[in-house]
Order: sequence, then structure tokens, then C-alpha cells
Amino acid sequence: MMRRLGLDPFNSIHADSSLAVPHATTCVAVRYADGVVMAGDRRATSGNLISHRTMEKVAQADRHSAVAIAGTAGPAMEMVKLFQLQLEHYEKVEGQALSLDGKANQLSAMVRGNLPAAMQGMVVVPIFAGYDLLSDVGRLFTYDVTGGRYEETEYVATGSGSLHAGTVIKLGFREGLSRDEVVNLVLRALWEAADADSATGGPDVRRGIYPVVATIAAEGYVRLDDEELKTRYETIIAEATRS
Amino acid sequence: MSMPYYVSPEQVMKDRADYARKGIARGRALVGAIYADGVAIVAENPSNTLRKVSEIYDRIAFGGVGRYNEFDQLRVAGVRAADLKGYQYSRHDVDARSLANNYAQILGQIFTHEMKPMEIEILVAEVGRTGMPEQLFHILYDGTVMDEKRFSVLGGDADAITGRMNSTWTAGASLKATLSTVTAALGGPERSLKAEDLEVALLTRLNGRRCFQRLTDEQVALLLLAEPAAESTATDESGLESGSPTESGDTSESTEAAEPTPSSGPVELAGDEHSDSPPISEADPI
Repeated sequence: MMRRLGLDPFNSIHADSSLAVPHATTCVAVRYADGVVMAGDRRATSGNLISHRTMEKVAQADRHSAVAIAGTAGPAMEMVKLFQLQLEHYEKVEGQALSLDGKANQLSAMVRGNLPAAMQGMVVVPIFAGYDLLSDVGRLFTYDVTGGRYEETEYVATGSGSLHAGTVIKLGFREGLSRDEVVNLVLRALWEAADADSATGGPDVRRGIYPVVATIAAEGYVRLDDEELKTRYETIIAEATRS
Repeated sequence: MSMPYYVSPEQVMKDRADYARKGIARGRALVGAIYADGVAIVAENPSNTLRKVSEIYDRIAFGGVGRYNEFDQLRVAGVRAADLKGYQYSRHDVDARSLANNYAQILGQIFTHEMKPMEIEILVAEVGRTGMPEQLFHILYDGTVMDEKRFSVLGGDADAITGRMNSTWTAGASLKATLSTVTAALGGPERSLKAEDLEVALLTRLNGRRCFQRLTDEQVALLLLAEPAAESTATDESGLESGSPTESGDTSESTEAAEPTPSSGPVELAGDEHSDSPPISEADPI
């Protein structure tokens, strides 16, 4: 009876969860003078609830690359874990690391492999960034659910807050930003995304939770510590309050 | 149609063992030695691309002597087994002991069942977690496993090298001191090995998750210098310069490896005097 009236509680939960899970995040990657910087918020949501506050969506893939994920948390984390393993395994067996193109293609194959699950709503769309040791530049890749791999030259944003974050970066981006400038830019982008998108978490000063921000340059992946992020956010908040 | 001869099992085993031993003895040696921050693995290997020492997992390294294709096959199998186990369970569950057992099983099986035994010896080294000791497993061609506490010598001329190591190795020595000790032991009284002749890799707990680290020829040359390089810290200098003329004079030979230093006369390289100096400083030039 209730089902016929469209009031079946179970059915509605099912429909909700499969649609609400993906894309609840904001991750960005931007090129700068020394390489690439990658950043992502920490919030995980299921439906309209916050399910986890300290999710790490930006993960180091190997010494010179990182991957950020938007999409269903379970398969996404598994994909990252497997990707890290693949890169390390290749490096150990062959005695040298894969080229950046090789890593990007490997990730592409993994996203393509997830297509059947994606058709059922468990979408995983990563962005991949790294420092190419063959050409000494930072490079960015974005993916679609079918495993399509697209290289970007300036910046990439993914997730539900990507529109807002992407706009901030688009306005502030120019060729050859310094580390200091680019870190402020991505923090500002995440700030605006969190401001406008309910599924993106802002800096949580009370709990001391800040976005994951990492630079990838010739010397490798370096994650910025929370102290630095805290200071930078204080400046951003002060600026935002003044204007 | 000839009659099959009866050959006693003892004879078969002895022949196989002799065959394997002969093959191994032809190759150059490899030494894994425990030092203050982990394990140093030094192999005499003129090739810069065909490796005898390599990484297996976060805290585990592999060393092989003998036929390259045979130990490389086992190396890859080890990497695969370790990665699989770490992925399936947890990174903490991958340990050298179980890997050494696997290797022993494979080598034992091949030794008894195949025509030709593997002409290799393997070292599986693990650097302990905080407060845990280092482990060295030395596995022979027939699957015999030896758990060694101080150092392991594999390959040709192992007995003589072990003898030299026994008299010079000291517990808790710095990397520089250990490297010199091992180089001297590998070279023996007649030869002085240069950085280019050596393949050196470390498992050091100073490296974070992946403890394995290869040293380049330049880094090795720098560490083999008798006089500490200008940038190294004062504690090293005092330790090395206070050294008395050594009982094993051949160690001074290795000082000529990289750069002729003005100092003359034998210099103590087996650093038992300064074993209490901060071990961190040794990692600086790396």
C-alpha cells in the first residue's frame, strides 16, 4: 500500500544513497613554478550527513606523484591503495620507477576497470598530478568514469565544490606562481568551495582539522603541516572578514 | 638400451652440493652487516645495472650471489609475495622470517627434486622496528637457513671474509666505520676495493616507511675516505682521528679509493672507539 503510494521508506533510502554518495568533495591541483600543488578537503558525507571529518582524499602515490579522489569513498580508497601498491611493486621489480605517463595510464586502466561499479552509482573519478622527471615539469591529469585520461596544463578541480574552487583558481592563476602564492590560492579556492558547497568541509579550527595540501616538485611529495595551514587560514579569514 | 646404474642418494646429494658450491664459489662475495642504524649490505659488483642487492619491502632487503638469473627470479617472487601479503593483510604482517622460510622451501625443493640445484645463496635482511633487533637470514643452495646475529657473508671466499669480519666487526658501529670494515674484509690483504667495485645498499630506520636505500658511487667514495670530509660533523672527526694504528693494516688501502688524502700511515677505520657517537651524523652526506 505504502509502496503504491510512493511512500516506501526503504526504496527512497536506496535511491538516495546511490545518488548522493558520489562527488561529495573538492580536490584541486594547480601547476606552479617548481611543480604541482594538490589539495583536498577532509569531509566525507553520506546523503546530507557528515560521515567522516578527517578523510584524506589527497594521497601520495609514490615519491613524485599524488592522486586525489572524488566519488564513493570505499572503492576510491581501495583504488588508491591498489594504485600505490602497483607503482611500488613496479619500482621494486624493475629497479626503477614508472614514468609519469606510465603512472597516469595505469590509473586510467584502474578507473576503466571500475566502470561496472560506476554504472551502479559507485563512481570514482581521480585526479592525478606529479613531477615528470624526464621533462622536469609538473603535470596534471584528470579522468572520466570510463577511464578517459585528459592532461591539463594549468589546473584541475574535481568534486561537488569544483565549480567554486575552479573559478577561484581560474581568476588567480598565472604561469609560474611561487609556492607561497599557489598554496594561498588553493586554500582560498577550498575556502570558497566550502563556503558554497555543503559537501565540502572548511578548515575546522576547533578540532584542528585542515585540508590536505601537498607540493610535488623535483625533491618529491611534501605535505604541508597543519601549523602552516593554520597561519595561512588565519590570514584568509582576516581578509574575508575585512571585505 | 643401457642398464641404469645404481647411485646412492648420499652420492647424488654430495654431487649436487659440490656442483652448487663450485658455482657459488666462482662468484664474488656479498656481506650484510648490522650497524648502528640498521643493516648495510655491500656486494662486490662491478656492474652498475645488474643488481645483487635490492628492496623487497618496507623493512626487508634481498641480497643474492651466484647465478644472476636464478637469484633474480627468487627476488621477483619475493617482492610479489611480500606485496601481496601486505595488500591482503597489513604492511605490518610482512616479515623477513616468513619470506626466508619461503625461499628455503623453494631452494630445498629444487635441490632435492631437480637435476640441477640453484647455484645461489640468498640474504634476507630486516631492520627491526623501534626496540626490535635486526635480522639476517642466510639461505643456502639446498634450503638451509641460518639466522645470523652480527653479519652474513655470502658467495666466493666466504670463509676467509668471515674470518676477517670476525676480527674487525663491532656492535653499534657507525655507517662509515662499518662500510670500511666490510670493504676491507671483502678485499682482503691483497686488494683494495674502490667505490666503483662495490654495490652498497642500506636498510636504515632513519628513512621512514621504506627503509631501503641505495648508495651511489660518490656517496660510497665519500664514506670510504679515511679523513672525514669537510662537511661531516665534529663528532666523527674526533672519533676517527683519535684512532690508533690498526691491527689490520690493509684497511688503509681503501682510503686511496676516491681521493688521495695528505694523511699518511694507517688510519683506524673500524670505529669501535666512537661507537657511542650520534649515529645520525653518518647519514648527512647521503
